Amino acid sequence: MRAGFARFARNRMALFGAAVLLCLFLLVVLTPVIYPDDPFKLVGPALQPPGGRFLLGTDTLGRDVAAEIAYGARTSLIIGVGATLAAIVFGAVVGGMAGYYRGMTETVLMRITEFFQTIPAFIFALLIVAILSPSVSSEIIAIAAVSWPSIARLVRGEFVSLGGREFVQACAGLGASDARIIFNHMLPNCASSVIAVGSLLIGTAILLEAGLAFLGLGDPNVMSWGLIISAGRAVLRSAWWICTFPGIAILLTVLGINLIGDGLNEALNPRLRER
Amino acid sequence: MSETVLELEKLTIALPPGADRANAVSDVDLVLRAGKVTCLIGESGSGKSLVARSILGLLPRPHVRVGSGRILFEGQDLAIAPQDKMRAIRGAKIGMIFQEPMTALNPLHTIGRQLDEVLRIHTQLGKAARRARVLELIDSVHLPEPGRIIRSFPHQLSGGQRQRAMIAMALLLSPRLLIADEPTTALDVTTQAQILYLIRELQREHGTSVLFITHDFGVVADIADEVAVLQRGTLVERGTAAAVLGAPGHPYTRALIAAVPKLVPPPARPANKQPFIVEARDVTKTYGARGLFGGDVTRALAGVTMELRRGETLGLVGESGSGKSTLARAITRLMPIDGGEILLGGADIAHFSRRRLRPVRKRVQMVFQDPYASLDPRQRIIDIIAEGPIIHGTPPAKAREEAQALLGLVGLDPSAAQRFPHEFSGGQRQRIGIARALALHPEVLVADDPVSALDVSVQAQVLALLADIKARLHLRMLFVTHDLRVALQVCDRIAVMKQGEVVEVAPTAEIFFSPQHAYTKALFAAVPGGTWQDRRAS
Repeated sequence: MRAGFARFARNRMALFGAAVLLCLFLLVVLTPVIYPDDPFKLVGPALQPPGGRFLLGTDTLGRDVAAEIAYGARTSLIIGVGATLAAIVFGAVVGGMAGYYRGMTETVLMRITEFFQTIPAFIFALLIVAILSPSVSSEIIAIAAVSWPSIARLVRGEFVSLGGREFVQACAGLGASDARIIFNHMLPNCASSVIAVGSLLIGTAILLEAGLAFLGLGDPNVMSWGLIISAGRAVLRSAWWICTFPGIAILLTVLGINLIGDGLNEALNPRLRER
Repeated sequence: MSETVLELEKLTIALPPGADRANAVSDVDLVLRAGKVTCLIGESGSGKSLVARSILGLLPRPHVRVGSGRILFEGQDLAIAPQDKMRAIRGAKIGMIFQEPMTALNPLHTIGRQLDEVLRIHTQLGKAARRARVLELIDSVHLPEPGRIIRSFPHQLSGGQRQRAMIAMALLLSPRLLIADEPTTALDVTTQAQILYLIRELQREHGTSVLFITHDFGVVADIADEVAVLQRGTLVERGTAAAVLGAPGHPYTRALIAAVPKLVPPPARPANKQPFIVEARDVTKTYGARGLFGGDVTRALAGVTMELRRGETLGLVGESGSGKSTLARAITRLMPIDGGEILLGGADIAHFSRRRLRPVRKRVQMVFQDPYASLDPRQRIIDIIAEGPIIHGTPPAKAREEAQALLGLVGLDPSAAQRFPHEFSGGQRQRIGIARALALHPEVLVADDPVSALDVSVQAQVLALLADIKARLHLRMLFVTHDLRVALQVCDRIAVMKQGEVVEVAPTAEIFFSPQHAYTKALFAAVPGGTWQDRRAS
């Protein structure tokens, strides 16, 4: 995997993505220092254009757009990373069991996985949040619930191909338990592809979160990019900055994460390595 | 002296920076003459295949390219010929046969269509004429029922038939030069013997010059007029087959020839009357044909019975598909069987549950065929070897200590412990695999063709190691191999398998001097370099 990261470092687009993400991370860490106030606090006159006292202007209620974006970044990252981790854990368990035990277990688990995949992701996420009532944790659950099938299918495929490899058989021949084979041998050997695919999932999760918040299904007490856009869309023609800046933030973040994901994929996926 | 067809002049093939050496081959001089078979022999990594590819302009450019030197063919230098010129030469004037015919043929097109395509691209022949030519070639490579063969898809033919089809394709345009890159390595010995005979026959008929790439001196003895020996990119010896094989000049050539397993009668061993440790009784195993629609069924084991006595090595010899590996896996319980019994020390373990099997696992250990696939790429060597004892309850610190000692036993440097499998060569990995199997102090060692993926010189070392360990630790060994020569060296008794059945079992000397079954006789006849081997033995 070390060689993989060397290959990653040679990929300029991926490095650009990494730089964008690093900036975002710094912003999240420094937010309490730069904007100590609550982002919901009214700090000035409404609809101030950017460039004056407020770097990115104020919104319809007189809140600082820059502060809103900084706090929204935290929400996006928490939900993006949280939902992806949940999806990876659940997907790996389901896919791993299906790929390891095969037979009936596989048939049942993979049919369930496919059932989840046939439901349009965004509609399904909307439904779950609506049922669970909007909050950060229900958003994480909803996004994880629509993201895990791709991980499950990936891990199942890797496990099926690893299961036929001689080193796995050799381990079974030593008398190793299933848990030992799965955790010590099979999971580490498919970690690189899971990392590559998982990193792309974070971008998707952030987009889903923005979409949910835009439709008013985000946590009303937590600032998020989707919420800012939702609040500013009525005045889009007179106060363009309210929607534009969070939009750019979403664009850059998702682009950065996707570039990193592609870079990881190319660096760690042996099938793409030759390119 | 017959006419020169192709001449390599100081050919040097450059490797990309960071490779293990600067040039894949350097300053290779070679002359290929009409009507002669020139064998280019070398171990893996010697650069022999790249020489073949450079002649065809098929080097994986831009990473690997001809650095200097000339490849003279019909007055032009192929090393600097443009791609479109090379395309006209490839196929038409220089034919090529690859190692694995399945990957070299397009699986979606019939054999007939693929042969026809060659003619369509390179000639102006009409449809009927093309068809006639295709049928003629199919017939000349002795494929049965040419009319049926041209309608078949590659997967419907056997490996040997596919290789015949490839040869037909390579000869369609009567090339002046035929390049064969290990064309028989993926085939069984009996098929290999037929294909070698065929290449020889066709080459004589057409007066073609053949460049035959191989790693097997037995094959060289069977087919070569001239031999060139390549050692890590340098041509160390060149001469007629008789001269090189009879009186090799270079030490490397001598070492390579010495490493070829000899077809010699084994020393007589006293009859072993000890009790059985492993017995297989009427073991059956069928692949395929599951579910609603069934399909083709393969009977991998059709009621196999065999016994392994304490203190002996039993060879299980057979070609691919004979069921020998399946039997090895059945005995180690890596694969469930459909019927019959497998007795270990008298107890039937064939239907043990996983829990009851765990203590049994310790007693039977396996060395796998593929040294590249059988070690976890993400584990350190010390952890690989120590894993078995740790599973069976040895404290990790003690297990690692023992693993360290085992490294010495299998002839590896103690510093190997902290490294990862990819840092080792095939032979070294196989040593690690052996150490892993020994770590549990098994009563029975099952070796599943452990040397087939290795170069001959390495093969000899690993076999010597196994013999040494067997003597020192008093192991019983079930030695599965496709190579009769290897079995003769290692085994006390040999069981010959064919199509899921044991056709003959006898002590090694007996099987060598008077094989009973027709198939055993065929196996002996097919050993590459038979007459050369006889001369070596005497």
